[in-house]
Amino acid sequence: MTTQYTHEPAFLTGDEYSIPTFSLLGPDGQLYPGAQAPELERDQARRIYRSMLATRILDERMLAAQRQGRLSFYMQCTGEEAAVIGAAAALDDADMIMAQYREQGALVYRGFSFDEFMNQLFGNELDYGKGRQMPVHYGSRKLHYMTISSPLATQIPQATGYAYGQKLAGDGQCTLTFFGEGAASEGDFHAALNMAAVHEVPVIFFCRNNGYAISTPAVEQFAADGIAPRAFGYRMHVIRVDGNDILAVYQATQKARRIAVENNKPVLIEAMTYRSAAHSSSDDPSGYRLKKEEEEWREKDPVLRMKNWMLNQSWWSEEEEKQLQESLRQEVLETMKRAQKRPAPALDTLVSDVYAEITPALQRQFDQLKTHIRKYPDAYPRGAQSLDPDVSVSTIDQGES
Amino acid sequence: MPTMNLLQAINNALDIAMAEDEKVICFGEDVGIFGGVFRATSNLQGKYGRARCFNTPLVEQGIIGFANGLAAQGSVPVAEIQFADYIFPAFDQIVNEAAKFRYRSGDLFNVGGLTIRTPYGGGIHGGLYHSQSPEAYFAHTPGVKIVVPRNPYQAKGLLLAAIRDADPVIFFEPKRLYRASVGEVPEEDYQLPIGEAEVLKEGTDITLVGWGAQMEVIDKAVALAEEAGFSCEVIDLRSISPWDTETVVESVLKTGRLLITHEAPLTGGFAGEIAATIQERCFLYLESPIARVTGLDTPFPLSLEKEYMPDHLKIFEAIRQSVEF
Repeated sequence: MTTQYTHEPAFLTGDEYSIPTFSLLGPDGQLYPGAQAPELERDQARRIYRSMLATRILDERMLAAQRQGRLSFYMQCTGEEAAVIGAAAALDDADMIMAQYREQGALVYRGFSFDEFMNQLFGNELDYGKGRQMPVHYGSRKLHYMTISSPLATQIPQATGYAYGQKLAGDGQCTLTFFGEGAASEGDFHAALNMAAVHEVPVIFFCRNNGYAISTPAVEQFAADGIAPRAFGYRMHVIRVDGNDILAVYQATQKARRIAVENNKPVLIEAMTYRSAAHSSSDDPSGYRLKKEEEEWREKDPVLRMKNWMLNQSWWSEEEEKQLQESLRQEVLETMKRAQKRPAPALDTLVSDVYAEITPALQRQFDQLKTHIRKYPDAYPRGAQSLDPDVSVSTIDQGES
Repeated sequence: MPTMNLLQAINNALDIAMAEDEKVICFGEDVGIFGGVFRATSNLQGKYGRARCFNTPLVEQGIIGFANGLAAQGSVPVAEIQFADYIFPAFDQIVNEAAKFRYRSGDLFNVGGLTIRTPYGGGIHGGLYHSQSPEAYFAHTPGVKIVVPRNPYQAKGLLLAAIRDADPVIFFEPKRLYRASVGEVPEEDYQLPIGEAEVLKEGTDITLVGWGAQMEVIDKAVALAEEAGFSCEVIDLRSISPWDTETVVESVLKTGRLLITHEAPLTGGFAGEIAATIQERCFLYLESPIARVTGLDTPFPLSLEKEYMPDHLKIFEAIRQSVEF
């Protein structure tokens, strides 16, 4: 700590600092004058754009499926595809991602198939999470994507710990954790950033400042100029970026990764974006924000912006766009049908994985439960069929999740 | 065989675990060069370096959040919470995260490497915030194991088992006995089983069940009881999650009477769970109501600590009432 003495009782407010927003691509898909596109190969750009489009269409279709009653719950990434996919694309595919819940774009980018999405959304026997969590709580070990948990911000100090382990292992990987500006109010956020700075951990804290925590606008979440200035308090590298500009997000995250991995320093990125959709399928934003505001942000749509840039590069065409959209919609339909038809996880998944091995007390409870289900199979059709596939039960509620 | 106190036994267990596996990492408030406020981590930083034994900022939720991530990555964190009274900021990271990590991911990820060490219990004039026994809160959460040693031999064997266990473990250390409890401890590596109770003494009139520091109090009560002519069977649970139901059931089927004792308050204390299970399993064999000798339903006091504590006299009286019921 350095001490500089003054003899005037002068207070600082933080307004002495002004944090600019890094941006490259304007809303029209053209680079700003003087802006330089990051190094980005055609194939990589196409992988990124296809992931953006796939995420957009998956979200559209699944929200519709929820409205039709086929799915209990859904959350869209809509409006934030550039922030999420730009960040994921700048990482090494073996870097760990610890997300909040609205970052399915990162999974799409890493190659999580629509079948895999659907199995989780419908909680069927092929869901990696064994049907235990609500829809959108994805996870993939092979894609280095930590399983989502509903409590907000808990993943942030975990990311610090995970990245500390990566540093000790010396494998050159880092961890990126996503969270919203609302979650950044949680104590876990502050704990995580401070510990990461103190212990020099290769972790990237990626804040999606999308304007709202359910209905609470950012202005009622914090008095400061966003999340970025907090980095100063922890002596951490920080950058604010236009979250709807995928080229800027991509480049900022690439540089952040270099700082993290090469210098073992954490970095905070604040991506300024907008949650164009409702918080979740259970939310209706018309009660707390203006249509006009939503329309203004639609003008800055990140997918359209990237598409226009791709068209300008001649790396994409309207014909390809049409074809891809059609094939994605078709794929959503087919995979959804497949997933919906699959049975629920077996009854023993109710009690497995609580501990590495089932405890005697839990085994006893489970045995009692099985006896009860066999006595009243109609009341527990899934469990009854799992115990005895030949049992005849009056109803199997396939649609319910 | 060397003689150690409980702290030295813990330090020795950590030393063995760190020497054997470079993935074992010890951290918490003041655990670095200082070796922890009780010195449980003495010399570990000097021996294994700052990367593997270090101070953390003063933030319990951060310590356990960090530890969860580290364990998920494949490391073996041994996180210290300086006093069990201060574990509550980390409640969410323990209850919603550590305990559910394996289940919610369908076993894609787990934090089985995690051990949380924390000193608990009264008898050190610590008042409200240096005396609590919060084990029952965590026993209500499937997914974490809860282990409480009673002496140096157990502390070493159970801590090594906890560190190597495939599930997250909260290891409550009886701080009143840190230096007071001294005993022979093998120098070599050994483990004691988690989930298995130990029958310390066989008897015919009544079964006495406890864990951790309360076992010493039970011993004193048994001395009085035997003088009065009551034959006591004594069981140390060693872990309360999971707890060894069968050993207690077997004993109560024989003695027909049960007394459970802990320092934590009566209401919602773990004795209630044991009592409920035993009446279910041994109903027709019980000769008297199951007795609970516990702390009062108050915050932990200071000046009147002696009055609050479930001491040997209270246990002795409860034994007498149970046998003479």
